Amino acid sequence: MTIVATALGLVLLFSFKTPDEIPAPGGPAAIAFGTPAPGATSPATPDVTSAGDDVNPTPAPPASSPPQATAASQQVDGDVIGTQFGDIQVRLIVSGSKIVDVQALQLPNDRRRSAQISQFSEPILHSEALQAQSAQIDTVSGATYTSEAYRESLQSALDRVHS
Amino acid sequence: MATSSTLSGSGGLSRRIRVEQIMGTAMSLDLRDRSIAPAAVDAAFDHLRDIDMRFSTWKTESEISRLGRGELSAEKCSPDVRVVLEQCERLRAVTHGFFDIRGHRPDGRLDPSGFVKGWAAESAAGILAAAGARNFCLNAGGDVIARGESEPGRPWRIGVRHPELPDRLATVIEARDVAVATSGGYERGDHIIDPHTGRPPSGLLSVTVVGPDLSEADAYATAAFAMGPGGLTWLDSLGGYDGCMITAERRLVWTPGFARFKADSDPSDIGRAMDLRARIAPCMRRNAPAVTECLRQR
Repeated sequence: MTIVATALGLVLLFSFKTPDEIPAPGGPAAIAFGTPAPGATSPATPDVTSAGDDVNPTPAPPASSPPQATAASQQVDGDVIGTQFGDIQVRLIVSGSKIVDVQALQLPNDRRRSAQISQFSEPILHSEALQAQSAQIDTVSGATYTSEAYRESLQSALDRVHS
Repeated sequence: MATSSTLSGSGGLSRRIRVEQIMGTAMSLDLRDRSIAPAAVDAAFDHLRDIDMRFSTWKTESEISRLGRGELSAEKCSPDVRVVLEQCERLRAVTHGFFDIRGHRPDGRLDPSGFVKGWAAESAAGILAAAGARNFCLNAGGDVIARGESEPGRPWRIGVRHPELPDRLATVIEARDVAVATSGGYERGDHIIDPHTGRPPSGLLSVTVVGPDLSEADAYATAAFAMGPGGLTWLDSLGGYDGCMITAERRLVWTPGFARFKADSDPSDIGRAMDLRARIAPCMRRNAPAVTECLRQR
């Protein structure tokens, strides 16, 4: 299904903020918004701040405070859409089946290719990081450790047989 | 030093674990088949130790060291060394120079040890398979070959280490018959250098590659790490290999093909995304000021 996205309209409308770290895992699936319809836009100059590096920020229009993401929220990122103001990626904050917030991220152009592939992404947070025990893993893949480092490593704990 | 232990459990589970310090790291074998002769396990570890001795960059009289000093030409090396050099040259081309056994050490020393570790592990796995082993997991210092299942009906679960928390995981891979290689700066402190710039890359904490052969997966993980975040696009373009990266912003990103290995992938997320897209469509056609409210109501 192709969806026509009014990219300029999106740029005008959304307040920018640093995306919240959302505790719930998963939610990596992307929604494709397709390409903006030519000519179907609001004419005013967009004021957007950038969530990425190397882009000159301009102040966003003030917005009412957005709904807070709850522990059950998920973050769903759409495709990167090219506009004359730069690349935009729309991020939805979804709680259950309801969209509670929409954010738009303006990206520097040189990140476009990696952003397009990175539709599959999630934060790895210290507070939520998986523990080996509860994850029931058999082995660990990591950067090569020395024999010395092995002794204190997670892998060595797994290699010990518990009777 | 080797340690070895056996656990026999109920329900047909047998687990033989053997760990040896080889190639400067720990090599762990977790063998689940009951009937494999200890001699086969010995042969696999003998092979790893043999390769270690012959390819060591630290032993001044090894072929690799002599080759590096120009005392030996490639043509005069033993067949195994020539195979390694040829494979590494092929991988240097495939990775656009980001995997380069000559380019990454500050002292310029020839160092195929990353490739050799995976290559030796693959042939050790072959020795076990030839002896009839179908279900085992060999962890060569953080690079893994998983064959078969950990128990009937249960694929191997391979944790990917969190780059900053040594006792935690970033994600879990679930698979049968797969090699998993991880590159990162966190164990040895930025020892991976971009051969094009001579400096460590920035932007990534680690890269994990999954595919059929561990020596290839290791080279691709090394190369993708050196490429930085854009390396994910390159990984996605490889046939038969997939991977994930952990960025400096502590985001896990992965290629679409990696999703089939990622243990906590939720297929219903895809369905939910499609539903959302259908619900959003009408909002995208409205006048701009109404869009947010329209979306929030859906």
